[in-house]
Amino acid sequence: MNYIEHIGKYYLMLKQIFRKPQKGRIFYEALFKEIEELGIKSLGIISFISFFIGGVIALQTALNLDSPFIPDSLIGFAAKRSIILEFAPTFCSIILAGKVGSYITSSIGTMRVTEQIDALEVMGINSLSHLVLPKVIATVFFYPFLIVLAMALGIFGGWLAGVLSGLFSGVDYIQGLQTTFDPFLITYAIIKTLIFAFLIATVPSYHGYYVKGGSIAVGKASTQSVVWTTILIVVANYFLTQMLLT
Amino acid sequence: MIEVKNLHKGFGDVKVLKGINATFHPGKTNLIIGQSGAGKTVFLKSLIGLHAPEEGTISFDGRINTKFTIEEKRQWRQEIGMVFQGSALFDSQTVEENVMFPLKMFTKKSQAEMLERVNFVLDRVNLENSNTKLPAELSGGMQKRVAIARAIVMNPKYLFCDEPNSGLDPQTATVIDNLIQEITDEYQITTVINTHDMNSVMEIGEKILFLKDGKKEWEGSSEDMLKTDNKIVVDFVYSSNLFKKVREAYLNETK
Repeated sequence: MNYIEHIGKYYLMLKQIFRKPQKGRIFYEALFKEIEELGIKSLGIISFISFFIGGVIALQTALNLDSPFIPDSLIGFAAKRSIILEFAPTFCSIILAGKVGSYITSSIGTMRVTEQIDALEVMGINSLSHLVLPKVIATVFFYPFLIVLAMALGIFGGWLAGVLSGLFSGVDYIQGLQTTFDPFLITYAIIKTLIFAFLIATVPSYHGYYVKGGSIAVGKASTQSVVWTTILIVVANYFLTQMLLT
Repeated sequence: MIEVKNLHKGFGDVKVLKGINATFHPGKTNLIIGQSGAGKTVFLKSLIGLHAPEEGTISFDGRINTKFTIEEKRQWRQEIGMVFQGSALFDSQTVEENVMFPLKMFTKKSQAEMLERVNFVLDRVNLENSNTKLPAELSGGMQKRVAIARAIVMNPKYLFCDEPNSGLDPQTATVIDNLIQEITDEYQITTVINTHDMNSVMEIGEKILFLKDGKKEWEGSSEDMLKTDNKIVVDFVYSSNLFKKVREAYLNETK
């Protein structure tokens, strides 16, 4: 199957996903389950990575800006910009594409190869809407909170790294954070996150839903879904940056 | 009653079903048999609407399934129960949740009413005290019984089973066969079973359809099958020595 066919099939899948759920109560039950599975269970890894990467960004910036003519407050400024603009929305989304994407593909793919999706269809249930819509809503709703948390923890990690290493003072770092703060940067990061969250839910779902074969095919589909979600996030990041910041 | 007229189905250049005609009556266990690749699964999946026919019609009590409106199709879906080869139970749900799922999805019953119905059908398939177990905690036979319970929980008019006793030991397979036959008779369901198991054919085959290369090769009851002189059917059904001896004994007795 060529790329054009995949794109066409993906859009047809989206059309099926955004149908009214058959039973509101079951949809909400599934939605809360997905928020827990795809969002809350990712809090740990995102918090851990954000904290340490924030620290590394601040340390690297401090080590590379050793000129006496450059004020230390620039470390906080640069760390803030890097974390808000790129690290939190893009890097964290790529991590989530790996963690959540493989989970989505393998869970839906297993349902496909064990005929659970056929069972839903025979019952007269729109299986795409039933399985994928709660995932889309859960990621689009929850990931902005996750990314804002990643920003906060990354910036805090940078501050702590400076204080503990003695490479720069906490006061200078905070002064850098407060220098020329543009609220649109947060809006930009949230817009990117919403698009990436949509990709993280739908691209792996596509790979899982249309898998053919057995358990090996499901494994291959999981790998492919992570690769394609990552590629699409990186490409979308480029175009969004050009559209929103230039 | 299900009537199949001139059913054709293919995938690309491969023609799988080549003009099948069949009638399945209520209250009877109708079996589809044939070699691997004969088109049994495609036939069954066409009956339940997972494959659209290329040509021909399938009518359910006079209603042609390809001409249904969206509402009629939804209604028809609720009249169907299906037992898949691998049971197809939802992994993340308990036995009770699996069986209750169609009720939650399509009825406005209260939780207590749904639970009462779930317990009734679980009791009917001899699965009491398993409500809180997950499918992974059940044996193959128990999973099949849960699948049957889920298939009949909505009181279906039509029950379809794809290899219901594959992978089961002979004793459990007989229990499943008898259960399906009892339910069919008790609720006057039109049951269509796709099977490879010759024990099932002899035990519960009230009407048997033998498919070969996508065509209907032979049709009759299990008794007719003992008497048939169709070489293709005889070679397939009586390939084991045991069944050969059973047939010889039957023919000698009825001479």
